[in-house]
Amino acid sequence: MAVLSAPRILTSRADYPDSHTLTRFLETGGNDALRKALSMHPEEVAAQVDEASLLGRGGAGFPAGRKWSMLRKSAIAYLVINGDESEPATFKDHFLVERDPHQLVEGVTIAAYALQVSQVFIYLRGEFALGLERVQQAVNDAYEVGALGAKILGSNFSLDVVVHPGAGAYICGEETALIESLEGKRGFPRIKPPFFPAVTGLYGEPTVVNNVETMSNLPWIVLNGGAAFAALGQGRSTGTRLFALAGDVRRPGVYEIEMVKNTFRDLIFDPSLGGGLREGRSVRAIIPGGVSAPWFSPEQLDVPLGQDEVAEQGSMLGSGSVVVLDDAACVVRAVWRITKFFSRETCGQCTPCREGAGWIERAMYRIEHGGGREQDLELLLDLCDNIAPGLTWPPQQTTICVLGPSIPSSVHSAISMFREDFLAHVRHGGCPHD
Amino acid sequence: MSHFRVDLRQRAEELVALYPRKRSAMLPLLHLAQEQDGYVSEAGIAEVAELTGATPADVRGTALFYDLFHLEPVGKYVVSVCTNIACLLAGGEEMLEHASRTLGCAVGATSDDQLFTLEEAECLADCDFAPCVQVNHRYVRTTTPATFDAMVEDLRAGRLDSDVPSHGTLIRVRRSGGLRVSREDLAAERAGARSQREAREAKG
Repeated sequence: MAVLSAPRILTSRADYPDSHTLTRFLETGGNDALRKALSMHPEEVAAQVDEASLLGRGGAGFPAGRKWSMLRKSAIAYLVINGDESEPATFKDHFLVERDPHQLVEGVTIAAYALQVSQVFIYLRGEFALGLERVQQAVNDAYEVGALGAKILGSNFSLDVVVHPGAGAYICGEETALIESLEGKRGFPRIKPPFFPAVTGLYGEPTVVNNVETMSNLPWIVLNGGAAFAALGQGRSTGTRLFALAGDVRRPGVYEIEMVKNTFRDLIFDPSLGGGLREGRSVRAIIPGGVSAPWFSPEQLDVPLGQDEVAEQGSMLGSGSVVVLDDAACVVRAVWRITKFFSRETCGQCTPCREGAGWIERAMYRIEHGGGREQDLELLLDLCDNIAPGLTWPPQQTTICVLGPSIPSSVHSAISMFREDFLAHVRHGGCPHD
Repeated sequence: MSHFRVDLRQRAEELVALYPRKRSAMLPLLHLAQEQDGYVSEAGIAEVAELTGATPADVRGTALFYDLFHLEPVGKYVVSVCTNIACLLAGGEEMLEHASRTLGCAVGATSDDQLFTLEEAECLADCDFAPCVQVNHRYVRTTTPATFDAMVEDLRAGRLDSDVPSHGTLIRVRRSGGLRVSREDLAAERAGARSQREAREAKG
């Protein structure tokens, strides 16, 4: 049974048709949290976020409080908000920027105050044309009511927020690539170390990069206290989280549910959530956490939706995406399409990723479309092993960023789980589903 | 002589002023160039180069990295059909084929009347309306061949002009308000807050 008793931390306004407007925002407690935060010392606000144990909601799941504390001794800093959501089948930041842009701006302002940053950039992917309009409007509104600009709400804190459009590049979701892009360059991830832009970020200055959903949690945390947030969920996974459920379910959508208390089965089958599969269908595979994640089988339906719980099963909660493949889906075609995506989006800096992505995609193409050979399976696994040696999870790193080592996940998973499907394609000389 | 229209040139200069370094305005300015010309033209590249201090070759090289910038002329409406995982499972490939027939152009090509360019898109983050279709980066949420065709008729008849403006992701984005505090005053404000905090920490 799904546990649906948690408060709506992120989606409290989302059901109103005018949820994106200043009027609705102010009628529903808008800026109350900002006012409270400004009455506290900055380090007290940061301490609340620490106590909340808020894990970053972008994909890596790094504790937001710890990301912040790396920066506290530094003098100059930028806060950059990552709204370049492009992990396939992830659409929860899209939901937040269109449905509640003021909540995002309030959260960003609270974060900037806690970090004592004077300049924020909100980077939104260019495909979010409406999102860009709404977030810019929310920023304009905030200037209008004194919630941004000089001496915010009568405090001694001033802040500028710039809304910045991306232009279509998956790799710009990687935080150092995003910084390069924000500097007006190609989105090439930067060489590590330093592993975090907190050391050398935008314009070489200390910079914190936080995700849209992470920021949208802050108003609630400030109003209700970090302890109240930490009381939700279990273990390291506290609070609620937005799950973007897609694929072969009756009710795909964005659902806010308490972390860990619910399982994949709850999310997929609860009538108020995914509503189950179409008549007569059953679950064949689940892709948790985005297409970079190893797949789950139906035996893992009862794994709780928590960061460590999913990691213990050899995958990741990642970006909060969950894709269901039912028994009518062609898993080979699904893998081919995923590898085509990586082949298209590799930035080309590192050889294993640049060459490997295309090679894997071509092998997957011929298996799916005709011309595949049985030995292609070993070739695929060998190529995967060259990109992520040992095919362990989390993967070994052979490249500057994690895009490359994400390519093997679906290939390795599907060959392990559905070898017979691949062989059937080879025997058939193409896709038996066509 | 500016290639950008007067109003666009003014918006461009305002954008450049938002950033500590003018090159950061590269992507927004390229969006403006595309808004004016329908694609990123040579003259647009030259103007962006002048505004950002980069060379034209550098601007072109940067623009080429990003899918949203078209370095060649495209149709009045760029129709993007997603075929990535969630859309694949919902018939995205079939939708793309259907779109090609309806629009009368191959994937990646422009229709003879210069009205439509068809693109196969990567995930557009609207997977609860799969297969996902955008026109000029506006979600049109037509998930069946029939609703797709009706949408195309509406586009042809100009009935969607308010929902689907012409090119330019920023065509309706206008910034009003701003910080209007000098960098020196801002630095002083931060320094004051820092010393207060150090005093608190010294007290324990």
